[in-house]
Amino acid sequence: MTDGPAKMLLTATGLTKRFQIGSGSLFRPPRQVHAVDGVSLSLAAGETLGIVGESGCGKSTLSRLLMRLIEPTSGTISFRGEDLTRLSPAELRGVRRHMQIVFQDPFGSLNPRMTVRQIVDEPLRVHGQGSRADRDARIVEALQVVGLGAHVLDRHPHEFSGGQRQRIGIARAMVLNPALLVGDEPVSALDVSVRAQILNLLRRIQSETGVGLVIVSHDLGAIRYICHRVAVMYLGRVVEEGPVEQIFRDPQHPYTRTLISAVPVPRVTGRGPRLAVQGEIPSPLAPPPGCHFHTRCPFAMPVCRQIAPALAEIARGRRSACHLHTQPGAAPIPPSPRTGPAGPSTRA
Amino acid sequence: MQQAPRPGDSWRRRFWAHRSAVIGGGLFAAILFGCFVLPMLLGTNPTATSLLHRFEPPVWMEDGALANPLGTDNLGRDLLIRILVGGQVSLMVALATVTVAVTVGLILGTLAGYFGGWVDTIIMRVGDLFLAYPFMLLTISVIAILGPSLIVIVLVLALSDWVTYARTVRGSVLSAREREYVAAARSIGTPDLQILRLHILPNVLSPVLVLATVRAANYIIWESGLSFLGMGVPPPTPTWGMLLAEGRDFILDAWWLATLPGIAIMLTILSINLIGDGLRDAFDPRLKGGRA
Repeated sequence: MTDGPAKMLLTATGLTKRFQIGSGSLFRPPRQVHAVDGVSLSLAAGETLGIVGESGCGKSTLSRLLMRLIEPTSGTISFRGEDLTRLSPAELRGVRRHMQIVFQDPFGSLNPRMTVRQIVDEPLRVHGQGSRADRDARIVEALQVVGLGAHVLDRHPHEFSGGQRQRIGIARAMVLNPALLVGDEPVSALDVSVRAQILNLLRRIQSETGVGLVIVSHDLGAIRYICHRVAVMYLGRVVEEGPVEQIFRDPQHPYTRTLISAVPVPRVTGRGPRLAVQGEIPSPLAPPPGCHFHTRCPFAMPVCRQIAPALAEIARGRRSACHLHTQPGAAPIPPSPRTGPAGPSTRA
Repeated sequence: MQQAPRPGDSWRRRFWAHRSAVIGGGLFAAILFGCFVLPMLLGTNPTATSLLHRFEPPVWMEDGALANPLGTDNLGRDLLIRILVGGQVSLMVALATVTVAVTVGLILGTLAGYFGGWVDTIIMRVGDLFLAYPFMLLTISVIAILGPSLIVIVLVLALSDWVTYARTVRGSVLSAREREYVAAARSIGTPDLQILRLHILPNVLSPVLVLATVRAANYIIWESGLSFLGMGVPPPTPTWGMLLAEGRDFILDAWWLATLPGIAIMLTILSINLIGDGLRDAFDPRLKGGRA
């Protein structure tokens, strides 16, 4: 949000998705889930934006909304200056070659009946890119970028490990040189040892191609490692957003603090008391009124139960949605109990 | 018999390593040969009557003669050739009905499953209507109006059974549609028809193929039932159901007239069901060892 919207690769404004649960009955309207509730985000070219949150906070729905794999209930998505929500199906198909997605499940995202060649060829074929020989050359090139070679072309997905399959998925996504790559939990299903390889691969691809990355994950370590900026989601809303190191070192929103405090830190001498989040995440079918987090927030005030705080700029490039920042009469935010691994010795 | 199948084997390999599937396949091939090739080699006329040779018993009984290996009926017609030629009609009815019903069910079920919404609602509610309507009543009234012929019988059977396929296809499409590789194809921008052809139909074909073999046996029974009621392909063309119905009148004097066509029906259904079993096991990814 530090640059003007003109320089932005992707800008989502007020993005909302409601799902209907059941069909309701004659006298009762169907129940609705606010999976994503008024999310506004932006991504510059060559930037990596992380989206973190607990299970069920709407981050996967958001990633599919950004790709327009599902229709938003309201809000707009501007991609390279075009409003994706207004495009006709034919126009949308043309735009799709510039935006690609990598999925969580490396076993489910590749058709088991197709060969690697057919899988990576699909984007080239659909968008009519060159002759058979040209496409073969580009397929091999894409496979080499992800660390696989021409020798895998005629194999089937079941012959590969999870990490290798995810590389094939990345090759498929990158073969058209998209401007935007969305990763929906791209490393969550992988072994820890393979995770770092895939994260490094994504980082290298970005530095070489300048692709804009959106990485959705519940893995805070992965987000911190790969992202420039991060948006924290809670029950369909963004509660805090800013540069990744600032958020991790000095989280401002109470939810972000509990989330970051929950990251296990390997340390022989043990650690101070965690700021454990109390209770369970409320059902998205009946989210609490006002600030969604007030049922679990240690600093909840009466106003939090009535009015949802707006996502407001609290410092340059940082936004947070909490009444503690804005209420003139409110007590100042107590110092963070833990300021991340960078300053563990400041606490007795 | 080849070695035991392994999980990575193709379904064809697993099918041929399946003992009952091979038996069923062999039996069915023999039946096809018997019904479509053997009559030409024998050269006997299935409708030629011979009043001097009425009710001759099969060859292995007393008074049996090699000229009529399975005996003759009340008009002295050779039973063997009548069973073989009758099988042509029964098998053609089964094959044609499967083709028509699978085609209709595949198209409508795919539309309903992939597009959902009101398309799904209309197709499946119409399907429910067909399921709720008594099939025999429908068949008898349609045949009473249009008159019995091979085409009418096939269309009526297909009309009353396409829903079975449409429901299976719809269910398979619904589950295939949620695969992540389908979402990946949509994010690539692959057109709907290509998504259906490349990513969804392969998942649908195997359950439909298995279902078709099971249902094909039913069509033979239904056709026999219609012929038995006099609603089948009109005489003098013999069909298995008609042979059964005619033989019933003489069951005490010439038991073979009703029994042997019944055995032919039974063997055909058995072979088709064995093939269906083999296909089902071959397509089942959970089958790790196989019963070779």
